[in-house]
Amino acid sequence: MACFLVPMGEAIVTTVIQKIVENREKKAGKERTVKTGLYWSRKLSWLNRLLWGGTILLALEHIWHGEVIPWPPFLTAMKNPADIAPMLYEIATIGVAMATFVTIVWAIMIFIAERKVKAIPETKFNPVSGGGE
Amino acid sequence: MWLIMTTLAAIITTAIWYIKAPEDQYKLGFLSLFLWGASLMWFVDHVMAYLMEGREFIEINLDATLLGLSVITLALLVWVVVLLVTDPKGVFKSVLKV
Repeated sequence: MACFLVPMGEAIVTTVIQKIVENREKKAGKERTVKTGLYWSRKLSWLNRLLWGGTILLALEHIWHGEVIPWPPFLTAMKNPADIAPMLYEIATIGVAMATFVTIVWAIMIFIAERKVKAIPETKFNPVSGGGE
Repeated sequence: MWLIMTTLAAIITTAIWYIKAPEDQYKLGFLSLFLWGASLMWFVDHVMAYLMEGREFIEINLDATLLGLSVITLALLVWVVVLLVTDPKGVFKSVLKV
């Protein structure tokens, strides 16, 4: 019904955080964190891509199934008061599960990437690579 | 059906990205993460709908197939727009200079 709203909310928050972190890293001269070797802005860009990809493509699916309309109230479930409670239940269950699952997968990606970066000799690092790519 | 199609597109894109890596001039890394995000979310959606409502895990019909194609088309459209806007090859710069 509107489960994609939870990942969308998370995507908005993480995009704002990524922009703030990116600016801080630029100001700090893009010094790589000693602990991991990966920029936080780069790690967050991966999460944002996962979340925005899911949100945009799921929004299309909801439009396809007539659950989202381009005019107010935008969610067809909002037209009927009886449908509001099931919609909120779906957001609280499936929506939260989706956002959590994607975040867990991203955390595993980061864990593996950090281990791989640590395994590379320091001289092989390219100090200019990083940021949003 | 759209879950299978999106996941397949994500796998193919990731494989092409890996073959071309570390070069990512065409932003295939972006496209693969974009598709993986949707695949993961639909996987959760399908599992939960199957467990909670007993719905079919995979719908195989024309409507679901057309939705799968539409989803992939939208993902490719977003990727092309990002590619043209960021212009990593500097094509617009060189074309406009002439």
